[in-house]
Amino acid sequence: MLKNLKISRELILIFGLILLAGLIFILSLSFGSSYISPVTVISHFLGLEAGSYNFTINILRLPRTLMAFLVGAALSVSGLILQANIKNPLASPDIIGITGGASAGAITYLSFFSADYGIGGLPFAAILGAAVVSALIYFLAWQKGVSSIRLVLIGIGIAAAVDALVTMIIVFSPISTTVQSYVWLTGSIYGTNWEDLFQFLPWVIIFIPLAFAFYKSLNLLALGDKVAAALGLNIQLNRFLLMTISVALAGSAVAYAGGVAFIGLIAPHIARKMGGKSYSILIIYSVLSGGMIFMAADLLARTAFLPLDLPAGVFVSGIGAPFFIYLLYRNRNQF
Amino acid sequence: MSILETKNLSLAYDKDKIIDNLDLKIPEGEITIFIGGNGSGKSTLLNSMARLLKPVEGSVELKGEDINQLSTKEVAKKLAFLPQSSTIPEGITVRKLVEQGRYPYQKWYQASSSEDQKIVEKVLKDTGLLELADRDLSSLSGGQRQRAWLAMVLAQDTEIILLDEPTTYLDLSHQVDLLDLLYELNKKDQRTIIMVLHDLNLACRYADHIVAVKDKGVFAQGKPEEVIDEEVIKEVFDLNCQIVSDPVFGTPLCIPTGKNKLSQVV
Repeated sequence: MLKNLKISRELILIFGLILLAGLIFILSLSFGSSYISPVTVISHFLGLEAGSYNFTINILRLPRTLMAFLVGAALSVSGLILQANIKNPLASPDIIGITGGASAGAITYLSFFSADYGIGGLPFAAILGAAVVSALIYFLAWQKGVSSIRLVLIGIGIAAAVDALVTMIIVFSPISTTVQSYVWLTGSIYGTNWEDLFQFLPWVIIFIPLAFAFYKSLNLLALGDKVAAALGLNIQLNRFLLMTISVALAGSAVAYAGGVAFIGLIAPHIARKMGGKSYSILIIYSVLSGGMIFMAADLLARTAFLPLDLPAGVFVSGIGAPFFIYLLYRNRNQF
Repeated sequence: MSILETKNLSLAYDKDKIIDNLDLKIPEGEITIFIGGNGSGKSTLLNSMARLLKPVEGSVELKGEDINQLSTKEVAKKLAFLPQSSTIPEGITVRKLVEQGRYPYQKWYQASSSEDQKIVEKVLKDTGLLELADRDLSSLSGGQRQRAWLAMVLAQDTEIILLDEPTTYLDLSHQVDLLDLLYELNKKDQRTIIMVLHDLNLACRYADHIVAVKDKGVFAQGKPEEVIDEEVIKEVFDLNCQIVSDPVFGTPLCIPTGKNKLSQVV
């Protein structure tokens, strides 16, 4: 009896989140340099508008909005896994330098290789950058196993170093790409088209379900390494695979949206606050909350100061930075 | 072939040997308790028997098979281990915790089966946790929480159960509660139980077989009545004491005498 009630509570929450995401989605398509009423947006999708908004909605706003949702979802799940994997609520791909590594990879590629090899190699360059940085952090933090506080501190140090590296690459890159690079670094999905979206989509379609397949491992890791190992979990293997998923999600998201910060930190926390007891539920909450936050941030960024189209990352950081300080304050007794 | 034994086992952290060339057989269907001073290596020994620490030399054999050659899940179906409790996972209910004990029996794509659910219910009943099943672990008292951890280990449904100081942080009445529960499990299902205990008197009362660990090996082992005397305690714990017979159970009862306080009495 009680158990059934619990399941329906979770279902109601998920349903509520989907509704809210749907609302933001419709609003994202409504607002912009020209206003289209939400009712019109809905009737457009029902095929009742005779294609009068084909350009504004289908070409300009729809791919960008969908991209916002997917990027937010990818970063959020990446952060959730990272926090579980290294058992630290402060962990997030941007704080420990994984996003920075991806940025360095992407900027290097954009500046020096994209002219010759096309844009298709960008996600791989970004993921390679993210993987190199995570390997480096792991290597430096390793001392008979990985202590999570060491890992976070080393990660913060590396994040700073990688940021410096990125600046240096930009300085040495062709003048024409400098301003673009800076906008991209803050996290912007300005000008996303369907092609970008379809290139990013496979990463999300593969790695988010893959994360879901590991929900039992994540549940066990939450009980502590010794208990998990005694229950039959191969700790090192699972750690490695989870890290790979996390890096792939963060790296590919950065490749298409730039160095968006803080989503990987905030969204998983919101998911936890909603009371998910198992990672199967937490992953779903994270996908929805992360997607929603970035969608909302992008909506604000491109409408709040019309006709300026600001990078969405600025708005996420605006909420994210104070939230990080709050987390540090709340966890101050743990370190 | 013993149910669980060590052969020429050597254990080390870095280069410091903790256990050196140890042969030890655990008697099947009995309660074995490791005793020894702080840092004697009894917990390390227990960890290696649970496959959590690889030997530098020798092996741990589970029914004749090298435990480090078996898969993690295979071991987890035969042998359960409860480490010293430390982390309290956030937002997990007692039932969810106990369900985790069924992990070794599930494939990655399977949710818990009706067989799993039946065992979880039975374990919750046996440990008296049915009424607390939907409570958050973090909202329970220390004694109840330890019971929940034990229930998780029991859900693993193994012949062998290893416990590292399961009574630490519990008050005396909860210590006795927990040990009574383990005693019952041992008598009812003939499960082999191996644990590290600090309380010497409770160890003597509940153990069928006592193992005193000292100097990187086993100093003495056998029935508590045969093993525990003043000399052994002096050697193993560097403690002066008198051993009397427990007026209720007849097992050895250790009265530590120390030095200073005794001189005032005499």
